[in-house]
Amino acid sequence: MKMVAELGAALLNWLESVGRAGIFLIQSVFRLPVRPKESLNLLVKQLYSVGVLSLVIVVVSGAFIGMVLALQGYSILAKFGSEEAVGQLLALALLRELGPVVTALLFAGRAGSSLTAEIGLMKATEQLSSFEMMGVDPLRRVIAPRFIAGVICLPLLSLIFSATGIIGGLIVSVNWLGVHDGAFWSLMQQSVYFDTDILNGFIKAVFFSVAVTWIAVYQGYECVPTSEGIGKATTRTVVLGSLAILALDFVLTAAMFGDF
Amino acid sequence: MRSKRIELFVGAFIVVGIMAFVYLAVQVSGLAFSDKKDTYQIVARFDDIGGLSNRAKVTIAGVNIGSVESITLDKDLYMGLVTMNIDSDVDNIPTDSSIAILTSGLLGEKYLGLSIGADDEMLTDGGEIFDTQSALVLETLISQFLFKAGDSE
Amino acid sequence: MTDAYIEVQNVSFSRGERLIYENVSLTIPRGKITAVMGPSGTGKTTLLRLIAAQLAPDSGAVLVDGQNIHSLSRSNLYKARKKMGMLFQSGALFSDMSVAENIAFPMEEHTKLDAEAISNRVLEKLYSVGLRGAAELMPSELSGGMARRVALARAIALDPELVMYDEPFTGQDPISKGVLVKLIRQLNDSAKITSVLVSHDVEESLSIADHVCILAGGRVIAEGSAEEIKASDNAEVQQFLNGEPDGPVPFHYPESSSVADKVSL
Repeated sequence: MKMVAELGAALLNWLESVGRAGIFLIQSVFRLPVRPKESLNLLVKQLYSVGVLSLVIVVVSGAFIGMVLALQGYSILAKFGSEEAVGQLLALALLRELGPVVTALLFAGRAGSSLTAEIGLMKATEQLSSFEMMGVDPLRRVIAPRFIAGVICLPLLSLIFSATGIIGGLIVSVNWLGVHDGAFWSLMQQSVYFDTDILNGFIKAVFFSVAVTWIAVYQGYECVPTSEGIGKATTRTVVLGSLAILALDFVLTAAMFGDF
Repeated sequence: MRSKRIELFVGAFIVVGIMAFVYLAVQVSGLAFSDKKDTYQIVARFDDIGGLSNRAKVTIAGVNIGSVESITLDKDLYMGLVTMNIDSDVDNIPTDSSIAILTSGLLGEKYLGLSIGADDEMLTDGGEIFDTQSALVLETLISQFLFKAGDSE
Repeated sequence: MTDAYIEVQNVSFSRGERLIYENVSLTIPRGKITAVMGPSGTGKTTLLRLIAAQLAPDSGAVLVDGQNIHSLSRSNLYKARKKMGMLFQSGALFSDMSVAENIAFPMEEHTKLDAEAISNRVLEKLYSVGLRGAAELMPSELSGGMARRVALARAIALDPELVMYDEPFTGQDPISKGVLVKLIRQLNDSAKITSVLVSHDVEESLSIADHVCILAGGRVIAEGSAEEIKASDNAEVQQFLNGEPDGPVPFHYPESSSVADKVSL
């Protein structure tokens, strides 16, 4: 009896925090900006720190993952005499899974943690209270541009990741391992479909971007404003963000490709 | 100025992202932005479509001339009804041509191969190919082989 | 009784299990400097947050200029807050903006002034705190005392009717303290601002306050002018003012009888 009650309490607690996070998100994003030009400036600043600064790690990881995938795929496919299919393997793996998932994981580590730490520090140094005291809504001013920037950047980064991965794989398989480039491209183009592969991968990235950025800004906003609290919140962002990405990926993959 | 540089970087970032998207769409998936190619539809009924899927290739002499549009069951004849789109510029397929479900390589995808007939009349939109050869199903092949081996003993 | 700008009426407030205020009432007279003093942990900062309606009391009411601040709608509350300036303990300067941008921010947000008018007023405010030369610096380049002065300039950017100072003297060197005391006095006298000062620095606070409240243990233990407070015969007040280590507030944190058994080292 007591255990059932505890389970119920845990569920209610969880629902309550999800509800709070939902209200928090709605309040930050669906409030019209008072000064559109200023809001645009803030957004550009955040696009820079969330997107442009994540570019290096995304490009480098994308290129290396593409290259490794080409090497591994080649050695297995060569056994069946169908090493031309390495392009197909590369493109499908990157577009459907690795592009969105790995980019989102990197994003949670690179941009998500810094969003949480930054907002947490603003809370600890009373900057958020200060906005409130000036009659400026900190959700609109601080949270909204960061959230929107995250949602814009992650899908773009995931596209860039997939593209550099394919280029990396192309270099390894065609220029190094000697796969015929005509066959490489034609097999790839035959098996990759714009709607099922590229668009679905993009949609995945959009879902991940909402989840990761939401978690990051919420953890920052709700953290205990001490150095220990900020540290914990940052860790939670990375852990919860990564788990959310993997769980969402399973659900989305089942929904998109499940009927095969 | 600092903010000008940031704006420049952000602009470049978005351009690179869009370029990646276009690259993936055009080069990787082979999406053509030109108007959809004009096609006409023909149908064929098979006893067994054996793993043929939507969007499989339709070829003549190994050259891609169209794709499978849909596969349904013909309820009256209990046969697989395959509808395919053929490029309009390939408008000289004789009506007595035959069509077979083939496999590319040992484990590859199934596709349709057209063998050209000799009739003077050509297939048009809505036409049907009657001479069809079903997919080879491994189990059927093995059992045929076993029974034949048994007979000769 | 003088004209009250803020009236705190029978306010109770608790944080979690801990009761911070129990039925507290006090008044803050208009146009004067009121010092709210008390030992650390008595919720002095909480009082400021209650006045600014960043926190809501469990019971009781806070009237600011005759309005019950906690019954206002969100937009009206934000309007009311434009008449308040707050100097946070840490300064709370926006770290991604320069000093001038920090001070310009409330004006850009709430007034329709053009860029030139704003920049003139920013320089004027910076001049009043003696930091005109620091306009282009970033907050991270300022010393603690300078940051607090900039924060003060920002708090008065909209010419508020009420300025609240949260521990303005804590962690400042004697010169900075002196500067802040002078600035607070000047501001109050020149612009007829009502000032609320929360502090545990007895000397500085008593030197500028017209009205003093001492909080301890969740209630007001003394209220009156600086002289009245100094002359108070309340033992708790005297202990606080003179900084005696033992007295009504015990040196030893209260312990339960079993502590000796539990702490085994």
